[in-house]
Amino acid sequence: MGIVNKHTKINRADIYPDHFGRRKFKNNLFLGTVIFFSLITISFVFLIIGTLVVKGYHQINWAFFTQTPPDTFTAMMAKSSGQLIPGGIINGITGTLYLVAIASLIAIPFGILIGIYLYENSSKRYASFIRDITDVLQGVPSIVVGLIVYLWVVVHITRGYSVLAGSTALAIMMLPLIIRSTEEAMKMIPDTLKEAAIALGTPYYKVVLRVLIPTSFSGIMTGILLAISRIMGETAPLMLTTLGNPAINWNITKPVSAVPLLIWQFYNDPNMVDLIWSSTLFLMGFVLILNLLAKWIAAKRNF
Amino acid sequence: MNSDKILKYVLFFASFLILLISGGMLYSLIQGSMLSMHHFGWKFLISSEWNPTKGQEHYGALLFIAGTLFTSILALIIALPMAFSTSLFIGEYFRNTRMASIVSTLVDLLAGIPSIIYGLWGFYILRPFIVSIGLSAQGYGIFTAGLILAIMIIPYATSLSNTSIMMVPNELKEAAYSLGATRLEVIWNVILPNARSGIAASYILAFGRALGETLAVTMLIGNANIIPTGLFSTGNTMASVIANQFGEASGLQLSSLIEIGLLLFVITTLINAAGKFIIKKMA
Repeated sequence: MGIVNKHTKINRADIYPDHFGRRKFKNNLFLGTVIFFSLITISFVFLIIGTLVVKGYHQINWAFFTQTPPDTFTAMMAKSSGQLIPGGIINGITGTLYLVAIASLIAIPFGILIGIYLYENSSKRYASFIRDITDVLQGVPSIVVGLIVYLWVVVHITRGYSVLAGSTALAIMMLPLIIRSTEEAMKMIPDTLKEAAIALGTPYYKVVLRVLIPTSFSGIMTGILLAISRIMGETAPLMLTTLGNPAINWNITKPVSAVPLLIWQFYNDPNMVDLIWSSTLFLMGFVLILNLLAKWIAAKRNF
Repeated sequence: MNSDKILKYVLFFASFLILLISGGMLYSLIQGSMLSMHHFGWKFLISSEWNPTKGQEHYGALLFIAGTLFTSILALIIALPMAFSTSLFIGEYFRNTRMASIVSTLVDLLAGIPSIIYGLWGFYILRPFIVSIGLSAQGYGIFTAGLILAIMIIPYATSLSNTSIMMVPNELKEAAYSLGATRLEVIWNVILPNARSGIAASYILAFGRALGETLAVTMLIGNANIIPTGLFSTGNTMASVIANQFGEASGLQLSSLIEIGLLLFVITTLINAAGKFIIKKMA
């Protein structure tokens, strides 16, 4: 090393001859790998959404939101003469909104009640059993939920494919999500707030209505929006429960269409290919907005 | 009876709904598959013949079980490096930075994309790509389905891993740094041993997700009723066969499909229970 004085630059590798260079290289290599694979992961989001936008935007027009889909022959004629496929997916849009509304009507009240029950009795054995069962229910594949609702509602109640059956299937899938998010949101409420209400002699139902639900409202809302965005694109359970309908339908005991069901039909019909992308773009846009809305509410919450 | 008691009872009885749904589910699945159980017994699980021709009907679930396991295991293997890197990116390297929150939002979005959109993207973009690089003639099969499934389960594998990586105490990491460890050595010798049960649980739960995925797999696996012989072989899964044949099935075939549903229910429940058990032990 020669003469060492204060001007000599000392290399760390000279002091620590234990392959520091190699360790540092490995360290950087690993960091590079982590960044590389993370970029691959998030690139899929852009690849998928990008594909939908590029392929779907030119079919989005006024008719798309106001008309029902054309039959195969009309679509084929339009395609062969180089025009846009006429018609739209209004029966699917109304069907999806209808199904989601009925499902929410079933799942939201029950979900919140059960969530409050789990929060209030968190230490009880029975409550923790219910919590485990809720987790099991959340893990049940959507196709199995469809199968079950077919056996329950389609066979025994409406005796045919129906809105009620589809909504029941979606409600069963929403329920665990709402229960868990209600419970989690309530856990964030400071105990002092609840104790203050109880110390004032407030009846228990008022504590729930005036303290628990309002303070955890944004958390519950986030859970509801995420649950709706999850079930909105569900296709498999609807194939077994509502089947589809070429026209708009508001009768709860009759089959109804939904945007994902229409996508599945378009996919199976070579003449309709062009409508696939605009429908998926619409569905994706809707799901995306709900997701971002949920994130925004979650970020704004006080607790 | 005062209002407090009424509310308490309402809350208590609401919880029965969960028992009713889950108990009813198990009951209806077992009852619906009785016909097939009587007919085939245990052979249903080890027979790989699926023949709906009237007169010589025979149903066995083995090929679907094999197809489901192959695609899901492949999906887990492909998802592993991506999910692990992403959770290190969010939970360690760039934790609490703007970068991390953007990446985490995007990964959450990946979980929000509906299954049918993955299927379409796989069918129209990924499949032609696989054909064009010469991996397979038609592009259908275990590999394509596994690849799409892998993308779908990354968010499930990532979210819990993040949390458990972030939960590793700072003191432990600082102690390692003060001994001269590099970041990689800290990750390998401090973070991983401490977060391993959370990471394992998240991969188990992601695997459970993969088992029950329906449409995306249906559109890509080729729906051939054979036991897959290789990475690019076609096949069929339990969820796909239900989706494909349920519409026109009746009698023994319907009962066999319900029994496949029962099997799927039992397998996913066991996998999820294993994951939750690990999480509970960790807490």
